[in-house]
Amino acid sequence: MAAIAESAAGNPVDAAFWQSNEMKTRRKARYQADKRLQLYGLGAIFFALGFLAVLIGTLFYTGSAAFTQTMVRVEIDLNGKIKEPENLMEENWRRISQDAFKGLMPDLKRSDEKSFFSIFTNNGQYIIRDAVMKEPSRIAGKSTFVIPMADTIDQLAKGLFDRNLPESQRRVSDAQIGYYDALLEKGVISRDLNWGLIFNSDSRFPELAGLAGAISGSFWAIVVCIVLSLPLGIAAAIYLEEFAPKNRWTDLIEININNLAAVPSVVFGLLGLAVFLGWFGMPRSVPLVGGMVLSLMTLPTIIIVTRAALKQVPSSIYEGAIGIGASKHEAIFHHMLPLAMPSIMTGAIIGLAQALGETAPLLLVGMNAFITSPPAGLLEPATALPTQIYIWADSPERGFVSRTSAAILVLLAFLVAMNAMAVFLRKRFERRW
Amino acid sequence: MSGFVLLAIIAFALIAGMFILGYSRNAFAEGIPHSRPIYHAVNAAIWTGIPALVFYILWVLFNEQIVSAYVLSTATGIDALAATDRTLFLSEVRQVASGIIFKEPTPEILAAAERLQSLRGISNAVLAVVAACLSVLGLFFAYRSIAPRFRARHSVERSVTWFMMFASLVAIITTLGIIASLVYEAGAFFAKVPFYEFLFGTRWEPQIAMRADQVAGQGAFGMLPVLFGTIVISLLAMALAVPVGIFSAIYLTEYANPGFRSVVKPLLEILAGIPTVVYGFFAVLTVAPLVRMLGIQMGIDAAPNSALAAGLVMGIMLIPFISSISDDALAAVPRAMREGSYALGATKGETITKVLLLAALPGIVGGVLLALSRAIGETMIVVMAAGLIATMTLNPFDSVTTVTVQIVTLLIGDSEFDNPKTLAAFALGLVLFLVTLGLNLIALHTVRKYREKY
Repeated sequence: MAAIAESAAGNPVDAAFWQSNEMKTRRKARYQADKRLQLYGLGAIFFALGFLAVLIGTLFYTGSAAFTQTMVRVEIDLNGKIKEPENLMEENWRRISQDAFKGLMPDLKRSDEKSFFSIFTNNGQYIIRDAVMKEPSRIAGKSTFVIPMADTIDQLAKGLFDRNLPESQRRVSDAQIGYYDALLEKGVISRDLNWGLIFNSDSRFPELAGLAGAISGSFWAIVVCIVLSLPLGIAAAIYLEEFAPKNRWTDLIEININNLAAVPSVVFGLLGLAVFLGWFGMPRSVPLVGGMVLSLMTLPTIIIVTRAALKQVPSSIYEGAIGIGASKHEAIFHHMLPLAMPSIMTGAIIGLAQALGETAPLLLVGMNAFITSPPAGLLEPATALPTQIYIWADSPERGFVSRTSAAILVLLAFLVAMNAMAVFLRKRFERRW
Repeated sequence: MSGFVLLAIIAFALIAGMFILGYSRNAFAEGIPHSRPIYHAVNAAIWTGIPALVFYILWVLFNEQIVSAYVLSTATGIDALAATDRTLFLSEVRQVASGIIFKEPTPEILAAAERLQSLRGISNAVLAVVAACLSVLGLFFAYRSIAPRFRARHSVERSVTWFMMFASLVAIITTLGIIASLVYEAGAFFAKVPFYEFLFGTRWEPQIAMRADQVAGQGAFGMLPVLFGTIVISLLAMALAVPVGIFSAIYLTEYANPGFRSVVKPLLEILAGIPTVVYGFFAVLTVAPLVRMLGIQMGIDAAPNSALAAGLVMGIMLIPFISSISDDALAAVPRAMREGSYALGATKGETITKVLLLAALPGIVGGVLLALSRAIGETMIVVMAAGLIATMTLNPFDSVTTVTVQIVTLLIGDSEFDNPKTLAAFALGLVLFLVTLGLNLIALHTVRKYREKY
């Protein structure tokens, strides 16, 4: 032992040597290296977490503006203005709405009308029409209509751009700012909660655009995804785990499933485009095809989690069932599967949450169409939440920046809810054997 | 119409099952049958529902093809039309048949649309009749076989096994479908653009091929610059993700106390759960302007959609992936190696860098390769934050394009399957599939080989 130490150090090993200044500095350097490594680690973690904080913070900061909308309240006396009460669609709503707007600013010059009207949303006439059709009693007399202001004025009201900029650098003219201030003084302007964000469908005008179509499109696609991938995935996993003979064929299936889980999502989109749309002639943009593509992507995940869950069920359960005369199928379906179900559902929900956020394959099967009404079923053209985010992010209007952030927050809220459900299932039902 | 048939099949099968349940309960009131009544009922439901359902699915998949092919072949004057005009003709016929009329249809189209309508009606009727016959026949069989000695449970279990075997084949069918569709469409592409030009060409200008008289035979479909851009962005992403991921894994497994770990690890996992379209939007909204500002400060002419911004954000997305794989690899190193190193007087840091990292290297390398394959296949971040013009440049402040960006931009909107522009996307898809498949296989192999060692 001593000999080894001597040859290693090259000189007699004594306390004085280890206490020498040279060794002290070496030790110090070594411990400093250790500290440095620790600091790098902490730095890396805080870099990643800081990024997460900035991401979420930015989304909330830009998105919060879209949760309110600047509205104007106009009182319209429809008494005697409607020519044919039984045919409301044909009425000249444009004239009615413009008269109403003019009523807000009585001393308006004729040449300024166009610029004045453009501070209100372009579709004000249809909002009045729909409100009247919903409540025909409004025809009889005066009633108040709440109409969104145009996006540019909404931005002005929220202070998203500086009104002191030179006129050529902003999209609102001085005159329009003047109108807005006048209306504000009159007290007809209000900042309401923007329910339209949830209940309207897509629109070219930011002040009217909402997520109703995207949410229901995503809903149908996920329903298709659940209906297809859950039974198929669980059945495949049970077969591979409990029934399949161990040979090269099942090895191949297994390798194949692992690889399929790592295939880029855009490739699944190409598959959907070529096979479902091209070869089978299914319609474009429909939730059915989107859901089918998503289910093919989710299938490997569900197979993998189901196999893991079945592996965790102790073999004594299976053997006990067999021992009292159950068939193999009965032992698995009546005893093992119910016990594995909480873990399967936890994994499946996480897989479905991934599918909900998936964008690229949906783009390729055309679920990025411009659709102004929510889909009524599986075979109606629709968008989905992530593709709607993509469409809005690509839109040039400034109002869509905050709408995109708000849409992302809605999507993240769904994802958080699904993951919370998975965590709840795991905490509440999962057994440790 | 066909949706009602589906509902009818399912409802009829359920009703048949209920009926047989009641019937066999009565029939077996005395004595002990081989199978319980419920198995007879399920057996009946399977026999009633499944053959009709299989027929229904096949009908849905192929009906429209057959009907429109027939309409097309019988339309007058169709022989004079080229392949592209035939598709146009067909889509116009379909529109007219469904009542959407943009311009006054020609008599040929009108006639074809009427024939399409009537054929659809006939084939719907055929579907309903055949499905009904199959259901009734199945129910009859199941009803006839009810007897105390009939092994209904075995029959049901056999059906379930067949279903499970089919389900496990779906994964194989999916892979085959991917390969078949990519190879088929890419083959059509290579019939128009020579193979070697696609592989070795250095110019990528797919927009040229949009005009029919200018078929791309001029090297406009060379994929090298696209591949180059993909590699540049992926490497930028890995340059960020690998060190950050590995350092955070080291801290979390070796230094952090359990409390810190149990808080930080789920937070890092959140980064992996955020949809990529969100990262893409963030890259455009925040990171790209920052990178541009940084470039201008440094005196470099930075593009608004620089490779650096896309790469950075993609790197962030990959951090939790690399971190958790390195975490597993470090945790799998046997205790003896760690303690042996301490016994020799090594500090914690020295143990990590000189023993643990080396021992865990195969696992970490496997994880890095998997992450690289993800970076190459990642779509939304680059679609939103990277450029469209294919340039061969190493300058991270310049704008480059990637394989996935090109696939999406070539295929977005209405696409016909006969111009090289659309087909080029499938050729790129094939390259992407092969590259990622190769990386995945190498990575899985590395990880597995390493596992056998300890």
